[in-house]
Amino acid sequence: MEYCPVKYPDTFNQEISNNKAIHIYFSQAIPLVTYIDESCLYLKDKKCGICKAVCENNAIDFTQTPKKVEINVGAIILAPGLEPFDPSLRNEYGYGRLQNVITSMDYERLLCATGPYEGEIRRASDKKHPHKIAWIQCVGSRQVIPGGNSYCSSVCCTYAQKQVILTKEHDANAECTIFHNDVRAYGKDFERYYERTANLPGVRFIRSYVSLGREIPETKNVTIRYSTLDEGVKEEEFDTVVLSVGLNPPDDVKELAGKLGIELNEHGFCKINPVNPMETTRPGVFVSGAFQGPMDIPESVYTASGASSQCGELLDYRRGKMSKTRKYPAEKDVSKEEPRVGVFVCNCGANIGRVVDVPSAVDYALTLPNVVFAKSQLFSCASNCAEEITDLAKEKGLNRVVIAACSPRTLEPLFRDTLREAGINPYYLDMANIREHCSWVHAKEHEEATQKAKEIIAMSVARAGHLEALQEFDLPVNKAALVVGGGLAGMTCALSIAEQGHQVHLVEKNKDLGGMARRIHYTLEGQDVQVYLHDLITKVNQHPLINIYTEAAITETTGYVGNFVTTLKSERGVTEIRHGATVIATGAEEHKPSEYLYGQNDRVLTNLELEEKITAREDSLVNAKSLVMIQCVGCRNEDRNYCARICCSQSVKNALKLKEINPDRDIYIIFRDMRTYGFKEDYYREAASQEVKFIRYEPENKPQVTAVEEGGRQFLRITVPDDILGKMMAIDADFLALAAAVIPSPGNTEVASLFRVTLTPDNFFKEAHAKLKPVEFATDGVYLCGTAHYPKHIPETISQAYAAASRALTLLSHDTVTASGSVCGVDEQKCIACGACIKACTYGAIEFQVVKGDKKATVNPVLCKGCGLCNSKCPTGAISLKHFTNEGLLSQIEAAFPEREMVKK
Amino acid sequence: MCTGRVDLELVLQAFSRGADGVFIGGCRLNECNYTTGGNYDALNMALLCRRLMEHIGLNPERLRIEFMSSGEGIRFAEVMNDFGKKIRELGPIGEGEGLDAAELETDLIQIIRLIPYIKLMKNDKLATRLQNPAEYDKLFTREEIEELFSELVSYYIDPKLCQACGICARKCPVEAIAGGRNLVHIIDQAKCIKCETCFKSCPARFAAIRKIVSEPVPLPIPEDARIIVREGAR
Repeated sequence: MEYCPVKYPDTFNQEISNNKAIHIYFSQAIPLVTYIDESCLYLKDKKCGICKAVCENNAIDFTQTPKKVEINVGAIILAPGLEPFDPSLRNEYGYGRLQNVITSMDYERLLCATGPYEGEIRRASDKKHPHKIAWIQCVGSRQVIPGGNSYCSSVCCTYAQKQVILTKEHDANAECTIFHNDVRAYGKDFERYYERTANLPGVRFIRSYVSLGREIPETKNVTIRYSTLDEGVKEEEFDTVVLSVGLNPPDDVKELAGKLGIELNEHGFCKINPVNPMETTRPGVFVSGAFQGPMDIPESVYTASGASSQCGELLDYRRGKMSKTRKYPAEKDVSKEEPRVGVFVCNCGANIGRVVDVPSAVDYALTLPNVVFAKSQLFSCASNCAEEITDLAKEKGLNRVVIAACSPRTLEPLFRDTLREAGINPYYLDMANIREHCSWVHAKEHEEATQKAKEIIAMSVARAGHLEALQEFDLPVNKAALVVGGGLAGMTCALSIAEQGHQVHLVEKNKDLGGMARRIHYTLEGQDVQVYLHDLITKVNQHPLINIYTEAAITETTGYVGNFVTTLKSERGVTEIRHGATVIATGAEEHKPSEYLYGQNDRVLTNLELEEKITAREDSLVNAKSLVMIQCVGCRNEDRNYCARICCSQSVKNALKLKEINPDRDIYIIFRDMRTYGFKEDYYREAASQEVKFIRYEPENKPQVTAVEEGGRQFLRITVPDDILGKMMAIDADFLALAAAVIPSPGNTEVASLFRVTLTPDNFFKEAHAKLKPVEFATDGVYLCGTAHYPKHIPETISQAYAAASRALTLLSHDTVTASGSVCGVDEQKCIACGACIKACTYGAIEFQVVKGDKKATVNPVLCKGCGLCNSKCPTGAISLKHFTNEGLLSQIEAAFPEREMVKK
Repeated sequence: MCTGRVDLELVLQAFSRGADGVFIGGCRLNECNYTTGGNYDALNMALLCRRLMEHIGLNPERLRIEFMSSGEGIRFAEVMNDFGKKIRELGPIGEGEGLDAAELETDLIQIIRLIPYIKLMKNDKLATRLQNPAEYDKLFTREEIEELFSELVSYYIDPKLCQACGICARKCPVEAIAGGRNLVHIIDQAKCIKCETCFKSCPARFAAIRKIVSEPVPLPIPEDARIIVREGAR
């Protein structure tokens, strides 16, 4: 890369900085290898070839050409992603014409440490740090004009907030202004995030349509014209303007659709089955991610898992047929040998070598105690280098290996495997992190970085001498699953697991299956929920592998991943169930409002109650002349600081249904932000066009409701400040429907403690990772789906239910699970039975047992997760966490400060 | 391993080796990777350690604990730069505080030797979960640390009462008791971790072990005086 003479704009960095014709796509690319693209001089004109001449490994081959490969498959998953909206197509934003108008994608790259200016935010015109920055929301979204998209892109509100927070972290004094329409913070924890952003000093959220003014010739600053209710039209100057661009379908999508024989929807995204969003119009072809429509990361992840579960249903009979088992050589017992440490220092391409003097680090390593061999490598993780480690370990008789490279988080499993290949116990590996902890943070201080790298290596070598061989153990996996909750989520998940050949125990607390869906009759998109539900219940009831327990309560659950034992009482009596995996699908409830005369006046309903009346076509409702809906009842407040996600769409759905029954009826929706994200925006627009009136209110100025009797007629009077008219507005209505929040089930606390999983501050279940592990818990073998996770629409619930099935299958399809060898152990002589460890262990892994008449702590290694809390509580050092022993850690401290002696106790 | 695995000893050993500062970084509180809330344990340990540092005249700011997620790279960099700056301001350990190097070393050695005792005395508090940062200062008070050292407990075997039954020596977790057949047992005070195991295990009919609070321990009897002459043996 250093020698390549061709520089051209780097597309990964939005063409803000340059790249070479030979390059790595981006710094976290997989595989992390260099490649040559079409801008190469040799490929174009057979000139140059410098790279080939300088490459020591002869790795460059100019003769490679694309190959056509034919693969036979049983199913296809489409995950082509999305394309950011291109604002240069629309002149009004000045993108491409004004240097300091950029897109949010451009800005995203500027913020990134591997971006064009290594994480520094600089503007194009003068390379200065912008101080006053404006974001314009809904660029290319929510616009019914040529070149725009009518739908809401779902993610821009929150990504803009993220960019504001990151900007403020770069420059605490930055002035950030977001010009927005509705703020759609509908995702889990997004409302808090929105609040956090809005409360930062120097951050303004301004609700206004904007137009771009002009560029100031001297500064190249850009002005924005906007209007507020208080101040009227204003023009304000900004250093940089960021366009929050929406999401388009992927490029070339028509060609793709044609090749695969699938249909697209009216927006150019994949046409999907509304009750199974992973299904395309062609059987066997599934779709995940934003090709379904604009969506955030967690939805992308769970539609991906969901699609894989459905492939599993089709192809389960071939599961594991293509997998190969690795054969490792027998492990040598080296516990009696003196440590013989080999040190491999990785250059990581230039990532480490450019900063740290690797040869000098290698020389230094050779001077360290116990080190018998040291060598540098270009990419230690590359397969040839890993082989080299294996070969040299055998040849030099190494019994400990130190890899001085990157963080163990990603590659430790790989290098442990490399050791196994050499017949060495994998726990004899230590990684010295000289990349994240050194070269990346000290890029400009070569000498100091080299010194630090040497110290890190010395510490690692010292620890290596104290490492012990540990045995991982295989635990058998019980092939059955327990699904807690018989609603849409639980049933869908149970069915998918059963369809892949596993026994499922489905537990429902009520008399009947169906859960909350029993009260939902139609969706915004027009599906009949009861027909679907009835069909699903029938399938579940008839499935030979599904055992249903109704009127059930779980009394106890013990065990661990692959081997749970749950006791429950149901209409069948007391049952003890053994299962390998658990899925929590306990659903949510509708909030019972305590305001707006709810419970005092029969004309005040919740959304679900309204839906029941609509479905029953109750006369009083059918004949009602006027109906008001109030949004955000019981959430987005101090008690429940979250958005219940579905209520805006529910209200629009009911409003449209009511208009369908009687188009002349007056309907008012009193809202804070209409959060009809994604394609639901079209229905919001449709409601507005059918003259459903939308009136916005602020939480500090809530609508007031009074019951009125005038001239023998009883009705409700709702008064609300009208911002546009600037006065109070009174609406007389026959009915008031409250968009009552979806709230967590009160039973969650108990379920959480039974299954040792955690809840969020709002009392929904807390997934292992908000973005990347949306259906897993941090507790192994327990999975999550449906509204127990967070309020969501039916298609989202179904996607997540399939996803939970997929994750459970990943566990259940294996015969064993491997548990880490790094667990705690007790030196019984030292144990004084003080019980501190037992109290510290929340996994219940430690118990007292009587050994030769004395009470001693003992560890069940299967339950121990290796956190080591007991270790630091133990007064006598009797219990210790293997692999992270005090001796090992103290030896590292000793190596870091070699001057003085360690205190011997 | 979890941040909660960071032992008091690791921190104090680092200081005794000459580290000018120690930084502990953990998951955000209530976002524990292990779901055990072990970062609260780490916090408690750090709060205790800071008090112990104060007790021997070290600036407690040399130990810092922060909670952040892997997504907060910039915050991490800021915190580390700030901590580096702070440590440079404080100067080299001991020197910055105007302490005598030899004295500091003795003090640190004494505290490190007493870690088992400190843990035994404070384990309940070390397992608490402080939700409010305003409570941090009160978890361990200066007075209680003073008391810990001023009312230091020792155990002593009364040579007149010891019947050399050997139970205490067998139960001692750190092999601090010299036993032997018909020999008065003796506790090696340098090895003793004050865990009370011997005190509790000495049979009531002998009651040979005494708990001594904030007083010097009598010197062990000479080796040749250890033989127990039993009446029945005459």
